[in-house]
Amino acid sequence: MVQKKNTEVSNQLLIEAYEKMLLIRRFEERCGQLYGMGLIGGFCHLYIGQEAVVMGLQLSQQPQDTVITSYRDHAHMIACNMDPRGIMAELTGRASGYSKGKGGSMHMFSKEKKFFGGHGIVGAQVSLGTGLAFAHQYKKDNGVCVAYMGDGAANQGQVYESLNMASLWNLPIVYVVEDNEYAMGTSTKRHAADTDFTKRGDAYGLATKKVNGMDFVEIYEAGLWALEHARTKGPVLLHVKTYRYRGHSMSDPANYRSKDEVNEIKINNDPIQRVKTLIEEKKLMSAEDFKALDAKIKDIMLDTVEFAKTSPEPEEHELYTDILVEA
Amino acid sequence: MMKTLTVREALNEAMVEEMTRDESVFLMGEEVAEYNGAYKVSQGLLDKFGNKRVIDTPITEHGFAGVGVGSAFLGLKPIVEFMTFNFSMQAIDQIINSAAKTLYMSGGQLGCPIVFRGPNGAASRVGAQHSQCFASWYAHCPGLKVVSPYDAASAKGLLKSAIRDPNPVVFLEHELMYGQSFDDVPDNTEHLVPIGKAAIVREGTDVTITAFSMMVGYAMKAAEILAEQGISAEVIDLRTIRPLDTQTIINSVKKTNRIVSVEEGWPFAGIGSEICMLICEQAFDYLDAEPKRVCAKDVPLPYAANLEKLALPHTNDIINAVKTACYKA
Repeated sequence: MVQKKNTEVSNQLLIEAYEKMLLIRRFEERCGQLYGMGLIGGFCHLYIGQEAVVMGLQLSQQPQDTVITSYRDHAHMIACNMDPRGIMAELTGRASGYSKGKGGSMHMFSKEKKFFGGHGIVGAQVSLGTGLAFAHQYKKDNGVCVAYMGDGAANQGQVYESLNMASLWNLPIVYVVEDNEYAMGTSTKRHAADTDFTKRGDAYGLATKKVNGMDFVEIYEAGLWALEHARTKGPVLLHVKTYRYRGHSMSDPANYRSKDEVNEIKINNDPIQRVKTLIEEKKLMSAEDFKALDAKIKDIMLDTVEFAKTSPEPEEHELYTDILVEA
Repeated sequence: MMKTLTVREALNEAMVEEMTRDESVFLMGEEVAEYNGAYKVSQGLLDKFGNKRVIDTPITEHGFAGVGVGSAFLGLKPIVEFMTFNFSMQAIDQIINSAAKTLYMSGGQLGCPIVFRGPNGAASRVGAQHSQCFASWYAHCPGLKVVSPYDAASAKGLLKSAIRDPNPVVFLEHELMYGQSFDDVPDNTEHLVPIGKAAIVREGTDVTITAFSMMVGYAMKAAEILAEQGISAEVIDLRTIRPLDTQTIINSVKKTNRIVSVEEGWPFAGIGSEICMLICEQAFDYLDAEPKRVCAKDVPLPYAANLEKLALPHTNDIINAVKTACYKA
C-alpha cells in the first residue's frame, strides 16, 4: 500500500515537504526557547508533531486558494511561504512582524500569501473560512478555501452552521479537522459524543475522508482529492488524525497524558522521520545532503531569531493606527 | 428636487442604487430574498439582482455573520441583515472579534467593508427579548462605526455611505419608523450623508436636546410644545453614534448651557452617560445646570401595555427633563 502511494508523489515534492516540515519543527522549538526566555509573551501554541498535516495540504493547493486557521498557526504561515523572520518578529512583538507587533502569536495574516489568520476565538475561523469560500464562488476565481480547526473547535455551534451553508450553497471549501486527540486538556473521548468527525460532515452532505495525519503521503493525496472535489463538486471535510507533542500552550505541562503515550508516537510515528525514511529508501538524499539541510535550516533559524530579537518595537504612535481605514 | 419616501423605501433605494453601482455589494439574511424581507425593506431586490446577490440564509446568525465577514476579507462588500438587532447577539463575537478588530490585529492589512443592518430598539408589545437598543453596546468598541438614522433622507444617505465605507458599520434602524413618510429626500443617486456628522434639526438658545433614531421625532415634538411655553430648545439628531460628532454637541452646549440627552436604551453606561462625560471634559464651565438624560427605565421591557408605556421614554419625559434643566419645573 505504501509503495503504491510513493510512486504518486514526485521526488522533488518529497524533498520540499521534508525541508519545510523540518523548518516548521525547528521554528517551533525556537519559539519554545524564546518563550522560556521571556521574549515571546502571552499565549503560544506549538505545532510540533502535526507538521505533515499542513504541508500535505498546502502542497496540494493552487496559488489562488486561501487558508485560514485558529491560534496554532505558526506552521500554517510557514507552509504558506510567509517569511519566518516576520512571523518570529510578530511573536516578539516587533514593528517588523506581520501585524506590526499588534497581533501576536494568535493573530497574524498575509493577504499577499493568502493566509487569512490566525484567529484566537475557537471556531470563529470556520465561519470566516466559509465566507472566504463564498467570495471565491462569488468572484468565480476558481479558488478553494482550506479552513482548519482542531478537534476541540469541532464542537462549536457555528461549525455546523457553516457546514450547513457550505453544503446548501455548494461552496468551494475543505474543512480540515486536525484531531490531535486533545482539546486543550480534554481528550476526544471526553469531549466528543462520537470521535469519528467524518460523521459530522456526512450529516450535512459533505464529502468526507479520514486521513492519517502522521503520513505526509497519505495526507497529500487526500489533499489532492479534497481540493479537486471542492473546486469542481462541493465542500469536503477531512478528519485528520494527528498528535501534538507539546502541551496545548506553553503554560500547559500536559499532565492529562503519560510520557509513554507521547514517546510512543515520537519514536514510532514521527511524521518528519517518516518522510526522511522514505527519502532514504528512495535514495533521494545522501547523509551529507541531510547534514547540509540541517545546517541550512539552523542558519535560517539563527537569522530569524536574531532578526526577531533585534528588530525595534513598534513606535508609540502605532497604538492609534489601523483602527479604521480612512475613507 | 425632493421626493417623498418612507424610511423603508429610502433604505430600499439606497441598497438598489449601491448594488447597481458596485457588483461586489450583496445582501444576505433571513427572508431577505423570496419573502422580500421580514419588514419588506428588501422588497424587489431578488427580482432586480438575482439569487447570487440577494441571499436567503438559514436561521443561523452566528454563522452567516462570520460568512459575511470572511467574504469581506476577500474583497466583497456584504450587507448583512439581522431580522432584528436582538438576534445579532448570536453573532456578536463575529461582529466585535472578527469584523472590528482584524484591521488592527493585522497591522492594517485586512479591512472589513461590511454593513450589519436591521431594526433596533423596542417595537410594540413584543417583550423583553425583542426590544432593546444596541447603540451603546456596539458604540463601545473601537473598530466599528455605529449609525442610527431618524428620517428618510438620512436613512438613505447614511446607508449609501455605510455601504461605501471601507470599515464595518453597524446600521441601527427602527421598526416603528419604517412606514413613516418624509417629503424632503433629495432625488438623486449620489445623495450621501457623511458618517460622523450630526444634524441640528431645530435651532434654539435655551437648552440642547440630543437624540437619535425614533427619539428625534419625540424631541422635535417636545421642542414644539416647549416653544409654546417660552423655552427655546435646540435639537441635535446625532445620526452617527460612533464616531460621535462631539464638536456639534459641544458647540451647542456652549451656546445653550444646558443638555438633555434622549435615547431609547437603558441608562447605565448608555449614550447619555457618554455625552454627559464628554461635556464634563470639554465644556464643564459652560454648564448652568446638571446634564439630564431621558431613556428607558432600567428594566427588561415588559409586555403589558401599561407597563411597556411606563418603561419607554416619551415626549412628556423630555419636556419635564428640559424644564428641570431650565429650572422651570
